[in-house]
Amino acid sequence: MMASSYNAKEEDGHVAVPVGGTIKNKKPDNTAFKQQRLPAWQPILTAGTVLPAFFVIGLIFIPIGIGLYVTSNNIREFEIDYTGTDIDDPCFNCSQSFSWNNTRPCTCALDFSLDHPFESNVFMYYGLSNFYQNHRRYVKSRDDSQLNGDINSLKNPSKECEPYARNEKAPIAPCGAIANSMFNDTLDLYYVHPNGTRIQIPLSKKDIAWWTDKHVKFRNPGNNPNLTAAFQGTSKPINWRRPVYELDTDEENNGFINEDFIVWMRTAALPTFRKLYRIIQKKNNMTPTLPRGNYTLEVSYNYPVRSFEGRKRVILSTISWMGGKNPFLGIAYITVGSVCFFLGVVLLIIHHKYGSRNNSADIPN
Amino acid sequence: TLCSHMRTLRVDSRTIYVGHRPCHDPEAFIPPKFCDNRIVSSKYTVWNFLPKNLFEQFRRIANFYFLIIFLVQVIVDTPTSPVTSGLPLFFVITVTAIKQGYEDWLRHKADNEVNKYLVTVLEDGQRMRKESEKIKVGDVVEVVEDETFPCDLVLLRSSREDETCFVTTASLDGESNHKTHYTVPDMEQDLLSLNATIECEQPQPDLYKFVGRMHMYRNNQESLGPENLLLKGATLKNTEKIYGVAVYSGMETKMALNYQGKSQKRSAVEKSINAFLLVYLCILVSKALVCTTLKYVWQSQPVFFSVPTEIGLKYNLMYLKMFTDFLSFMVLFNFIIPVSMYVTVEMQKFLGSFFISWDKDFFDPEIQEGALVNTSDLNEELGQVEYVFTDKTGTLTQNNMEFIECCIDGRQFVFHCCIPSLVLLVSVNPSPCGDNEKEELFLRALCLCHTVQVKEPAGREDGLGGAPGDQVDGVLGQDGAKCHPAELRGFIASSPDEVALVIGAMKYGFTFLGMESNSMKVMNRNNEVETYQLLHVLNFDPVRRRMSVIVRSKSGDTMLFCKGADSSIFPRVRQHEVERIRMHVERNATEGYRTLCVAYKLLKPEEYALVDTELREARLSLQDREDKLLKVYNQVEDNMSLIGATAVEDRLQEEAAETMEALQGAGMRVWVLTGDKMETAKSTCYACRLFQRGTELLELTVRTLEDGGRNREDRLHELLLDYHKRAVQDAPPVKAGVTRSGQSPGDYGFIIDGATLSLVLNSSTDSDCYKTLFLKICQNCTSVLCCRMAPLQKAQIVKLVKCSKGSPITLSIGDGANDVSMILEAHVGIGIKGKEGRQAVRNSDYAIPKLKHLKKLLLAHGHLYYVRIAHLVQYFFYKNLCFILPQFLYQFFCGYSQQPLYDAAYLTMYNICFTSMPILAYSLVEQHICMEALLENAALYRDVAKNAMLRWGPFSYWTLLGVYQGLLFFFGVRFLFGNPALQDNGQVFGNWSYGTIVFTVLVFTVTLKLALDTRYWTWVNHFVIWGSLAFYTFFSFFWGGIIWPFLRQQRLYFVFANMLSSVAAWLVIILLIILSLLPEILLQVLRKPRGTHSRQVLHTHTHTHTDRYYPHKHTHTHRHTHTHTHTHRQVLPPQTHRHTDTHTDRYYPHTHTHTHTHRQVPHTDRYYPHTHTQTGTTHRQVLPPHTHTDRYHTHTHTHTHTHTDGHRQVIILANKSLVKRTSL
Repeated sequence: MMASSYNAKEEDGHVAVPVGGTIKNKKPDNTAFKQQRLPAWQPILTAGTVLPAFFVIGLIFIPIGIGLYVTSNNIREFEIDYTGTDIDDPCFNCSQSFSWNNTRPCTCALDFSLDHPFESNVFMYYGLSNFYQNHRRYVKSRDDSQLNGDINSLKNPSKECEPYARNEKAPIAPCGAIANSMFNDTLDLYYVHPNGTRIQIPLSKKDIAWWTDKHVKFRNPGNNPNLTAAFQGTSKPINWRRPVYELDTDEENNGFINEDFIVWMRTAALPTFRKLYRIIQKKNNMTPTLPRGNYTLEVSYNYPVRSFEGRKRVILSTISWMGGKNPFLGIAYITVGSVCFFLGVVLLIIHHKYGSRNNSADIPN
Repeated sequence: TLCSHMRTLRVDSRTIYVGHRPCHDPEAFIPPKFCDNRIVSSKYTVWNFLPKNLFEQFRRIANFYFLIIFLVQVIVDTPTSPVTSGLPLFFVITVTAIKQGYEDWLRHKADNEVNKYLVTVLEDGQRMRKESEKIKVGDVVEVVEDETFPCDLVLLRSSREDETCFVTTASLDGESNHKTHYTVPDMEQDLLSLNATIECEQPQPDLYKFVGRMHMYRNNQESLGPENLLLKGATLKNTEKIYGVAVYSGMETKMALNYQGKSQKRSAVEKSINAFLLVYLCILVSKALVCTTLKYVWQSQPVFFSVPTEIGLKYNLMYLKMFTDFLSFMVLFNFIIPVSMYVTVEMQKFLGSFFISWDKDFFDPEIQEGALVNTSDLNEELGQVEYVFTDKTGTLTQNNMEFIECCIDGRQFVFHCCIPSLVLLVSVNPSPCGDNEKEELFLRALCLCHTVQVKEPAGREDGLGGAPGDQVDGVLGQDGAKCHPAELRGFIASSPDEVALVIGAMKYGFTFLGMESNSMKVMNRNNEVETYQLLHVLNFDPVRRRMSVIVRSKSGDTMLFCKGADSSIFPRVRQHEVERIRMHVERNATEGYRTLCVAYKLLKPEEYALVDTELREARLSLQDREDKLLKVYNQVEDNMSLIGATAVEDRLQEEAAETMEALQGAGMRVWVLTGDKMETAKSTCYACRLFQRGTELLELTVRTLEDGGRNREDRLHELLLDYHKRAVQDAPPVKAGVTRSGQSPGDYGFIIDGATLSLVLNSSTDSDCYKTLFLKICQNCTSVLCCRMAPLQKAQIVKLVKCSKGSPITLSIGDGANDVSMILEAHVGIGIKGKEGRQAVRNSDYAIPKLKHLKKLLLAHGHLYYVRIAHLVQYFFYKNLCFILPQFLYQFFCGYSQQPLYDAAYLTMYNICFTSMPILAYSLVEQHICMEALLENAALYRDVAKNAMLRWGPFSYWTLLGVYQGLLFFFGVRFLFGNPALQDNGQVFGNWSYGTIVFTVLVFTVTLKLALDTRYWTWVNHFVIWGSLAFYTFFSFFWGGIIWPFLRQQRLYFVFANMLSSVAAWLVIILLIILSLLPEILLQVLRKPRGTHSRQVLHTHTHTHTDRYYPHKHTHTHRHTHTHTHTHRQVLPPQTHRHTDTHTDRYYPHTHTHTHTHRQVPHTDRYYPHTHTQTGTTHRQVLPPHTHTDRYHTHTHTHTHTHTDGHRQVIILANKSLVKRTSL
């Protein structure tokens, strides 16, 4: 028999409900779900329930905020711009060059003094401004398989790397715009002893990149310990002075797993950014890592930023449990906590003033 | 040649050669081509499924939009890979295709079952077994008992001697009574040698119409009517076997034609969605435009922004580049249009509709059926109804007729059931006895003038003819004692009125025994069987509003008996007889009875001869048969003499008044549209409390029009203006949303009848002016009664209201075929599974067994569906706005380079996985106010009236909320990233960390926002809400924990894990989530309208108890379950109450035994010391003081009501005086 139940109306893929056929002549199940009587918690947000929550939030947030603010304030941070835009700037001469491939290295030295000693480990960052590392075409211009040591990708870089995929038929390793524009200034820090001698401060380049990046995501091609051989047949990025296998003399920090390179490859979120450059380890508990006094920053100035009105700076900073200096979190927490507390008070007043009236309004009918 | 000639002549008819035998000239026989008997309800075949289905899916605007986005992504260099939009699209398309494919497979299966069914066909004198699909038009088919007919057949021969057969059409129109069909008259006995052609009309869907003519070789012609046609889908009953010739086959059968496309109704919510969509499309385009413009402004600055980043930007083809940039931005922001919303809405509607059919409150034990959902698209419309158009008979009333009294020749007779059988007729007005002749004539008329069949007693398989006899005797013996012998006798008729009349006549001593080969047998008071030959039946139709039979008695008199509505009988009888009866009829009508007048006419032999030929001629005609028949009918049914009138009571439906009250309390206007008389309808309206004592009735009927004695139209104009003045201008302005509870002074009821309505609608002059006046009056009246309506007029009224200003949502409810037009016309059509067949149910959007179910369907289900879907829609727009806004803002920081903020996986999964399930679960199980409260307090329905939750106000609120949160997400993280060294090892975060933090905040906020809105936390909600968040976390770990071999970019490698290792990231995430939700929490606390409002109104429904502890007078109302969430802080002494009470109800006498169990949940809420929700109103009763037990605050009242109809009701209730008392 041609049952009417299958006669679904199918306009535009609309759903027809062949309910009738199955339900007919059958008493619906008396289950809580089908009768929409599932046991349920029915919370109602009222001043009564929210009040304590507001107070609690206020009471928790304000201390956290104060803690954050104090922590942030306790962080020592020193920033020095060495772009050299002014004629008086020590790096002015170096900055005049727009070219990437200056064979003659240009160096300049900046003197500065620290008013307060930096007690704990000091992290040295380089900062760039007006550099759109988050530009879409820039961000995608890399080949993660190549960086992961894939031989095939080494020889045939991804299309995404164009136009930095090949240099006259030879594949570029590492390919892409990010790698090509790698920051290549060298920064050295000297402590100027009150007696006039310059003491070079040892800068550690270990652990500046994410551990997982250094150990998993980035790998040198093949298992060849001889990097020169491994990168045979590839070309260096156009703007680089040395090929990738000569980034460092340390075998553990050379090639794709060079930490400076890895740090650079993690594209920044905003056009003004900083990247970790070196770490100054605290030697012992007795002396501060960077004592008060005069310092000299020696820059091997290679990275041209004038063309896009960029700025370069060096930041020396200590680090707390919340990271670098950032008063925002502390202020935000204090503000939100205060707002919550204030709202709690307002609600309390409302509750007391109008709540009782509300109650009495309910009773007589 | 004659045959083919005939065929070409009449294109609107078809010629069928019975048994494929040529009629006259074998040479020129060209077998006509008809479609085969294959039923194809499926849409696709294996071959065309893919293209056809895809084509149909891409016709939908949303799918098409995403196809375009996908294509743009493929062609143009866009920020996101085609996968991000291709995957969801593919998913949606695949799921839909699978679903449709499965449904089509089911249809194929069902088709095959029908098509491969083996039937017996007579072919060249041999019986052949054939598959049903191979039947050709013209085949002679044999059908045996209990088989269904494989195609539409003209009955040629039956195994029954009286050349009839019985069928049931239950699967066609739901009428389960046996219908008699007749063989073609004067049929040759030998079907093998039958040489005949049938000429009949082209296939048409009307089940009850068929016109044809059969030419036999002998050259006589026989007319064919619906009584000769056996429809495919009907089942042969009580007949051993029949032979019939196939006339319509396959997709041309009436059944197949009937199942083709009803027009699809679309809900108002969809219109809102489209409007919102337009807004978001504008936002999308303007965002893309802003970004494109800014990009070029920025790039044209003399400082070339960043040498190392710019790659080969060529400035030729600038405009093309700009255009592709624009497209890229569109693609980047396209997620703002929620594609998944369409899928979710569909799923919500589809799954949500199951709750209606699952609801056991809709289950009617009498018919063993629950509610039926034919359209799930309109669920939310049930919560938006403003006008309810209801049929009277069978909807407001039970359509369960009982003969109450009759009036014969001006004297009134009432039947007394408990007086022994001797005194059968009691004359109310003492009058000279001996008018027995008139009495008997009247009773004979009742016995003869009908189309009732005698139901066969169970267990007897053979024909109907032999059924009566002894059986009846037995019944008659008990007749005096038994008031309802109908159960034993069993009559079947298409209308219950007829059965009531036949049963009524039986009580008076005239018993209809049944039909036997065209003669009707009646047993009179002296237990003699009278036989009448049935000559003609002039069928009932709603336009004539009467039916007649022509019979010939044994003595040779030919008589015509006619019964019908007074308005259609009075003009056709001798006038002096009318006055005596009119009074009775009107009085009966006022009491709410259905009245019918009975008239008769003696036909002289020559008169009859004339009538006979005219009737036959009219029946033979192929064209305009209806009109011709009508003409003859009118001619015959004239100049009759009135014998009497009957009054039949039609009881109100269960809880009709309460339902109507609830609907009115919910702000709906109830209009009663009925074909019945004004007086009857009016009294029903009073009984249903649609009109109340204080209601001022404005009448616009033929009677009031004729009062002035002037031109009808002038009078109409005058009345309309007058009423308009009274009801519209002088009435106090009704403020929107103000409750009209109780009877305010300006309470009007409007009554109009069919004739006047057509005058209003079709009047030549100022038709529009009348119409608007009429509409304005009606809209200001509490209830409107339209009586004497033709089916089409009902639809006209619905349409009038539907298209009036503000286009209110209309609902029609009815049970009969005459309601189909209005059911189809209204926004929502509800069918009642009543006694008048299944036509209304078949055409309805929802079908319920009883009128009382309407209350729950609208107030509870409708309200909830509306709130659910409205919230769903708003939420979808909101969550996509705050999803995309950060991405838009990011463009300002990345040189307008279309850099996506989030990873592609997040972009893709956001709507599919991370945030879709909670809202779907919410939209299925949420009850912001529990069902009981909704039912208890009809006024809550007004809260959502007029699309309240999807208007621009709420929409802008949600949009602002989205914007606020989007801004917060982005800038919160932006400030955090002022120093990207966020880990305690000094390492820095990059752009993907930025996006991941924003996205995490987003997912959590959006989900928690929904959690805040959830008022009804079932385990489902807990599962999906916390489950989604857990899934997001798990997925992020997983996605960032593996170097994916198929991806060239490992952007998210350990980004999420690193994020979690940073305290600052945790802190900012927590901060932003709380800050985003803060205004929402505040608003919910401060704006308590919904909460308090509902609660305060609820309090007005409390009982006043009278007993030792709480004096209460119990005006309580009950339904199946009362649930109280009764919460307060006071501590009460333990108390015990116990009570049983017996009370009688005027309408439903029943005993209640109440056992109270009160459960109160102590609850720490100082704002609302107690909330209670309680449901139901049925009977009003006053209870004596009762006892109940409670222990401090956890006490439970359980009322156990034991009804006479057997079902138990448990009521849990609480009182409110409790609070009052302790607070004193």
